[in-house]
Amino acid sequence: MFTPDLVRLAAVLAAVVAPFGAWAQTVSDTRLGVGTPASEADLSAYFSIPPSGRGLPPGRGTAQDGAVVFQQSCAACHGEKLQGNMSPGIGADRLIGGRGSLASNNPVKTTESYWPYATTLFDYVKRAMPFNAPGSLTDDQVYSVVAYILSEGGVIKPDEVMNATSLPQVRMPNREGFYPDPRPELSLYR
Amino acid sequence: MSAAGDPSSSIIDPTDDCPCREGMNVLHRPDRRRFLFAAGTAAGGAATLGTGVVQAAEKAPAGAQWFDVPTDPTKEQGRAVGADGGYGSRSQFETTVRVRYPTPNENTSWSLTPLAALVGNITPSGLHFERHHGGIPTIDPSRHALVVHGMVGTAKRFGMEDLKRLPSVTRNHFIECSGNSLTEWKKPTLKNVQGTHGLLSTSEWTGVLFSTLAREVGLQDGAAWVLAEGADAAVMTRSIPMEKMLKDAMIAYGQNGEAIRPEQGYPVRLLLPGYEGNTHIKWLRRLEVSDKPFMTREETSKYTDLMGDGRARLFTLDMDAKSVITFPSGEMRLPGPGVYNVTGFAWSGRGRVQSVDVSVNGGKAWYPARLDSVPEPMCTIRFTFPWAWDGQPAILQSRCTDETGYIQPTRTELIAIRGDHGPSASVYHLNAIQSWAVASDGGVSNVHA
Repeated sequence: MFTPDLVRLAAVLAAVVAPFGAWAQTVSDTRLGVGTPASEADLSAYFSIPPSGRGLPPGRGTAQDGAVVFQQSCAACHGEKLQGNMSPGIGADRLIGGRGSLASNNPVKTTESYWPYATTLFDYVKRAMPFNAPGSLTDDQVYSVVAYILSEGGVIKPDEVMNATSLPQVRMPNREGFYPDPRPELSLYR
Repeated sequence: MSAAGDPSSSIIDPTDDCPCREGMNVLHRPDRRRFLFAAGTAAGGAATLGTGVVQAAEKAPAGAQWFDVPTDPTKEQGRAVGADGGYGSRSQFETTVRVRYPTPNENTSWSLTPLAALVGNITPSGLHFERHHGGIPTIDPSRHALVVHGMVGTAKRFGMEDLKRLPSVTRNHFIECSGNSLTEWKKPTLKNVQGTHGLLSTSEWTGVLFSTLAREVGLQDGAAWVLAEGADAAVMTRSIPMEKMLKDAMIAYGQNGEAIRPEQGYPVRLLLPGYEGNTHIKWLRRLEVSDKPFMTREETSKYTDLMGDGRARLFTLDMDAKSVITFPSGEMRLPGPGVYNVTGFAWSGRGRVQSVDVSVNGGKAWYPARLDSVPEPMCTIRFTFPWAWDGQPAILQSRCTDETGYIQPTRTELIAIRGDHGPSASVYHLNAIQSWAVASDGGVSNVHA
């Protein structure tokens, strides 16, 4: 069916037209160069503190200072004794107690009884508390109120200073209480 | 407010009768009083408006505008083209709404999708369930950006216009809160399917795959987790395995053909097909690439599953296969013996739905249902099952099998594995078979069978 001329024409078309008709597909670099490089200044507003403590800011705090911060900024919802408050319009978690209850018929999950890392407490308070003014506490205030909650829960001593070095070293009581997802659950295949 | 304070009370007023025609879903009539959970602040706000405004607002259901109904619409002109301002609303006769679960705090709360009133497979954007931890932020897209940094070659900032320049994908996926059905572990609690299963919704999502963004910034060796962060008052954060991010994670800005709704993360959210809803970070502003998870508050103290031995499962991210019959379902009433088109949804976070079975005798015998939509990965399907009801008491159940061969378990099977020791133990990931009892008078109720 195909004459040599037609075959030659097809080859020429493939060589000449295709590179223009399908330009992107011949480019080996799949990046499009979209987006603007983010500077250190751009990134300085952000934080997320992992268990290693990487990114913890300078500053310090003690339970004694934290008691004042707690009364000013936290007690209205979480209660004078850190007992929590589930009444309408509030809905604040209990913060201490419950140690040893996790295997009982009434497990009580608090920072003291359940949270595996103290760094998480710092991250969350700095990020999202107090509820009516999230992110408004200074780093010293966050260190202080974290120290207060940990001290009231008997996790650290009342005079321990919390800072970027000491906070990641706090050993939470339920540190070993977690394990990876085992699903799909094998017994469902019996 | 007494009903709103009691989570075990019915979402829809049970004193309302629900006449059903054969083979049809319940048609919800325009009666705002039935939505007891939603009463609180809405009523207080309306009271400050003028009387006329209140009456108009009372007449038109949410998302609709009230118009006088002509005796004969063929004998007078209808409304002018463009009179709606250029964006349409639903009919004033369509009244179904999502309802808020009565948590103590209205800013950290959730609302449930009215599954029984849905048609087809896609959830209307205005009925997509909600879960917020610090309210719904108002975000100007021209000032919003997504920053990608950490273990990358070049940290970058992507404005919305940048994200929309990148190649996009459009896919149908469900999102289910891992707390969906959590009231139902110990005893049948909520009365209808909106309460028991309403933290499930399905949309067409459009956005950029994370793998595309990853090439723009370059990934370093050892990068194994990605922290996603939202721009709401909770500044919500979750750590996501890199394997998932590079498999099918989407930076989504489109929902059902238009911009994502504010309640769903406008202008951009993370979409992780098949993962528990909390990980699909809304109002997404930051992705930090790391070698290890960050152990955020949500992924340690909240969305973990405490087992009977006092130890807890961590990063239980996949949503297991599940299904539910939406017609007939709780609080409906069948008018009498006859043939009914039983229908519902089935879904799996691990792939496509392979098949759905229906039982009318509490699981003693199973029959294959029809799949009315095409199974897609991590997407609901709509199923139907023609059932000739003889007027005798019956227990209706559905059972989903996904493409991995996983079969939706019973509640008893799950409790045997995970324990049953208290209100705050293993409350998430209840994907058990749901039972609806049909009484001889046609009344349908939530039961454990």
